[in-house]
Amino acid sequence: MRTFRFSRKNLSIPYVIFLAVFVVIPLFVLVYYAFTDRDGHVSLRNFIGFFTDPNTLGTLFYSIVIALTTTLVCLAIAYPTAYILAKSRVKRKSAMLLVFILPMWINFSLRITALKEILTVLEENIAYYPFLNAVIGMTYDFLPFMILPIYTTISRLDPSLIEAAKDLGANDVDAFFKITLPLSVPGIVSGVAMVFLPAMTNYVVLDMLYNSTYIMGSLIGSYFAAYNWNGGSLIALILLLLICVFTYLTRNLEDEDQRAGGGALL
Amino acid sequence: MISKMKGVFIALVLIFLYGPILILTAYSFTSATNIGAIQGFSMHNYVTLFTTPELRDMIIGTVILALGASAIATVLGTLGAIGAFYSKKRTNILISTVNQIPVINADVVTGFSICILLVVVLGIDKDTFVPLVAGQVTLLAPFVYLSVIPKLKQMDPSIYEAALDLGATPRTALWKIVFPQIASGVFSGFSLAVTLSLDDYFIATYTKPATFDTISTYVVNATKGAQTEIKTALWALSAVIFLIVVLIVVTANIRPGRRKEAV
Repeated sequence: MRTFRFSRKNLSIPYVIFLAVFVVIPLFVLVYYAFTDRDGHVSLRNFIGFFTDPNTLGTLFYSIVIALTTTLVCLAIAYPTAYILAKSRVKRKSAMLLVFILPMWINFSLRITALKEILTVLEENIAYYPFLNAVIGMTYDFLPFMILPIYTTISRLDPSLIEAAKDLGANDVDAFFKITLPLSVPGIVSGVAMVFLPAMTNYVVLDMLYNSTYIMGSLIGSYFAAYNWNGGSLIALILLLLICVFTYLTRNLEDEDQRAGGGALL
Repeated sequence: MISKMKGVFIALVLIFLYGPILILTAYSFTSATNIGAIQGFSMHNYVTLFTTPELRDMIIGTVILALGASAIATVLGTLGAIGAFYSKKRTNILISTVNQIPVINADVVTGFSICILLVVVLGIDKDTFVPLVAGQVTLLAPFVYLSVIPKLKQMDPSIYEAALDLGATPRTALWKIVFPQIASGVFSGFSLAVTLSLDDYFIATYTKPATFDTISTYVVNATKGAQTEIKTALWALSAVIFLIVVLIVVTANIRPGRRKEAV
């Protein structure tokens, strides 16, 4: 009889089982529910319904517009911030960086509450500016997640590359566009990945700002509230496909260890 | 000129990031019920925060859930990382790929899919807390895994071999040699898990018992028309959490030797 011998690789067995049960199987369940109706019969009705209903298509389009705008605004703020920080001659740069990413450790719902109170004072009725407030709210929530990876990438750049470019006659602007910017693409991609998708799905930020507009996440929320598992599963599946496409397109661009970055800082 | 512009830009970003939370903190010490109204100093909100049973239970429940789910996630994720690291390349890649799914996936989708499987298909009662804990662990464990893997890669494999040559059993060698070298990764994975759990709204809202609230679900519901009393007590909660986060971040970074690791 073979006895069970301790082996290092067997340590992963519990985690493999866990991943199979709570990550892989739920995906199959989603697929099953997305393509069946309430009685469990295979049906393309949800699928066809989503792609023929102007409301749901409008929501898809609107969430893409919101997510794109939020991502661009975040990038426009985060890149210069990260660049200035990484290039500054301050001695304790990591402490400076912490100041910018510290907000991500404060509960987002409390931060959005704070933002809501300020916007209410500034705008009187925040319900009048749904698009503007959605972008402000999401930017406020996600900005640190964009600053962190970009900062990490820029601060890792070898300064001798810039020196070499300058020795060869490039001015500061040339050196930035030909060296720094292209080499910071992995950080930008990581940042975009951490902002774009949440901006399509984090409907609570909108809800808390008394925003009546719908994004993709809101659809899951309302199907969930109506116990419509089939409809919700289809939306979840569509989001999953979008994620897969994005991940596939950027698979060679992203920095590998960026995702766990937040923890290493603590 | 340029350095002045840089300074102004950085200042504006900081005002954007901290303005709301600082103003709210300032107002939490007054009896004002709206930002903008000028009222006298008052600790009323803090008294409400710490004496209202509903608020106290919600805070304690959130912390216990965060620590519990993170502890489970840390054990699972760490063992998974060690096991995957020493497995054949193909197995390693497979585990790492599946591990990425909850990391990249939208939390709404993760929460919804866990709810469908456990509650709708398997019929597990949400009141048992099983769906909530399982859902949170699903979100957290992959991040622990990702925090531990780089530490394993940095390790010198010959030390483990040396321990075996000197007569240690694989189990002892793992505990005495491998674990100390990855401990900092395990710790940062645990810390990250706790912050993610405290921040989670979507997993909790789809899997929690109806009578239980985390800070996130409570605050979100409270903004949809709670009494003023609760609303301003939550300002005090924001101030307290802000202070705790600042304290933790400052103390974690004052310790010598951690600074280099930070970036």
